[in-house]
Amino acid sequence: MFKYVKQLTSLVAMVAVLFAFTTETMAAKKSKTLKNTQKKGFVRCGVSQGLPGFSNADAAGNWTGVDVDVCRAVAAAVLGDANKVKFTPLSAKERFTALTSGEIDILSRNTTWTLSRDADIGLTFVGVNFYDGQGFMVRKSSGITSTSQFKNGISACTNIGTTTELNMRDFFNSKGISYTPVAFEKADEVVAAYDAGRCDTYTTDKSGLAAQRTKMSNPDEHIVLPETISKEPLGPVVRQGDAVWEDIVRWSLNTMIEAEEYGITSANADSMKTSENPQVKRLVGAEGEMGAAFGLDNEWNLRIIKQVGNYGESYKRNIADTGILPDRGPNQLWTKGGILYVPPSR
Amino acid sequence: MKLKKILPQLLTLLFIVLIFGFFTMNAQENMDTRGIEFGFGFLKQEASFDIQFSLIDYDGSMSYARAYLVGLLNTLLVSFIGIILSTLLGAVIGVARLSPNYLINKTASFYIEFFRNIPLLLQIFFWYFAALRALPMPEDAPLIFGSSFMTIKGLYTPAPVWNNFDIFLITLIIALVIIFFFNKFAKKKQEEEGKQYPKFLISLGIFVILPALTFIIGGVDLSWSFPELKQLALTSFTYEGGMGIPPELIALTLALTLYTATFIAENVRAGIQGIGKGQKEAAASIGLTPSQVLKLVIMPQALRIIIPPTTNQYLNLTKNSSLAAAIAYPDLVLVFAGTAMMQTGRAIEIVGITMATYLTISLAISLFMNWYNKRIAIKEK
Repeated sequence: MFKYVKQLTSLVAMVAVLFAFTTETMAAKKSKTLKNTQKKGFVRCGVSQGLPGFSNADAAGNWTGVDVDVCRAVAAAVLGDANKVKFTPLSAKERFTALTSGEIDILSRNTTWTLSRDADIGLTFVGVNFYDGQGFMVRKSSGITSTSQFKNGISACTNIGTTTELNMRDFFNSKGISYTPVAFEKADEVVAAYDAGRCDTYTTDKSGLAAQRTKMSNPDEHIVLPETISKEPLGPVVRQGDAVWEDIVRWSLNTMIEAEEYGITSANADSMKTSENPQVKRLVGAEGEMGAAFGLDNEWNLRIIKQVGNYGESYKRNIADTGILPDRGPNQLWTKGGILYVPPSR
Repeated sequence: MKLKKILPQLLTLLFIVLIFGFFTMNAQENMDTRGIEFGFGFLKQEASFDIQFSLIDYDGSMSYARAYLVGLLNTLLVSFIGIILSTLLGAVIGVARLSPNYLINKTASFYIEFFRNIPLLLQIFFWYFAALRALPMPEDAPLIFGSSFMTIKGLYTPAPVWNNFDIFLITLIIALVIIFFFNKFAKKKQEEEGKQYPKFLISLGIFVILPALTFIIGGVDLSWSFPELKQLALTSFTYEGGMGIPPELIALTLALTLYTATFIAENVRAGIQGIGKGQKEAAASIGLTPSQVLKLVIMPQALRIIIPPTTNQYLNLTKNSSLAAAIAYPDLVLVFAGTAMMQTGRAIEIVGITMATYLTISLAISLFMNWYNKRIAIKEK
């Protein structure tokens, strides 16, 4: 009798060990960042210290902007609620350290995707949510209407720790113009110094110029010059080494863009479940197993579209309707003459 | 018995080693998993960003190491000017604080209480942005001292253009050496024979006449390049030629000086008040004039009380200069721990170097002040 008991217990133990092993591999498939996020109940998102249209907090502390919406989309996908995001405002200088040190899990802060950033410092860029380029702002009264009118001795205000500083040097060197860079740590001080007349021109990404212009004491006195001196693809960034989390953030962004392409909006998403088009049905979780690979349920993408909206809605709400950049320019779908083109969800 | 003495020390050492070991291992492991490499090779790479204000030749095609040097020199510059000015201002305010004149006394007290109780960063912002808004645009700037312009873009002064500057410099050093030995000689004469020379006048004479001679016979020539207004666009002007001192440097120096001088003034007051009344009366009774009393009796003793806490203020000023980053003065923190760190992503290496640099500067100031303190300490005979 005892013999059997012994055998039985060892069998139970073995099964238990095996079971433990299998659940362990299942969990390991899910990402560590995803697990931590679900345990905490909120997505930790790094944003700017206030850039209208991209990430900006109102008086009540509510964050809005296209960069903010990327984090909200991820929260809707993994936690079921787009409001479960903890935003951490970061300066240009702090942003990458905050991400690599694990203080935040997504950096969605008008950050330019470059080779050295992607390859060198432990980061992975997951996509582009805004195609931008560096430009110059000058006072209208100066009569300058093009960068070709810049002369030796011009002073340019900008932020430190950005690609802007490097592009500015390339630009002025290639034109053979001597210049004085005045680089501040925070954007608010750049604006204040330029506004006071410390610099002849203010240079940063054009979207940033358009947004900061609204903060000037008299926005109408300033114009953004037509020239674009660099490519600035801005997009969300994650830490290197968590492939599943990387995929979740990438496809949350892709879902928003693809939803616009297929005309799925926050208003009509539910009714699209019965659509004839299988691609549309996949985007609202009515066909296929699109969430399984991430360790998510099947309606993760439906929640993004319902709670945050598609890319076009986000752009209109944050950038167009606020008067920052009413014209979408390159940030239009490829089907409508822009360059927004994402791989298909299937 | 011996073991009892050594054991606690060994344990402490072990503890420290373990803690450091743990942090190093932890950092290494985390850096490995995130694919970050450790190394100082980046210092040789091209910096590819420009810096507004530099004491040495620099442009973006030079290395990060050179950018570091630019930042370091800018930090040393603002600290050096700040220490000199705050010491002078502090001494004056400290003495004024003891003045029997009610108005002078209260003004000094008010100044001290006002400036030492407002956070320094706020004061830096105030001087920078208030001054920026108040200063005229280049085209409207009035002439100061017949040749300089104070504008929103900085202070433009004539710049010296030297011929054979090295001869002038060597002569200056020779003059200083002669003055040093002359003073030694004069002191000896006074101690041995009681003979007094007009030391100050003779020193000044040597200091002025020797370098002046180089202009006549040494081929040294000095001319000035004056700043000239230049139009950049319809309403946009700047100055060309001459020497441009950025408003960031002026605002930072002003804020650091006004803030630190309050603390030094209090040290000076404490030092003077720390000397017994009897000393002053005794000195006066042997016929010393009031200025001799201050110079020969009060100050040598008061300095012993003033120097140690003032050393702390010098260290504070140097470290506080790192607030420069807020107003775009390209100091070590802005250039190296700011831009260079962002461009390379080498957070650990760069923060490490920056910390080591500040530590070295602080220790050097401490060492010098301790040496000076020892020198002026009363030697019991």
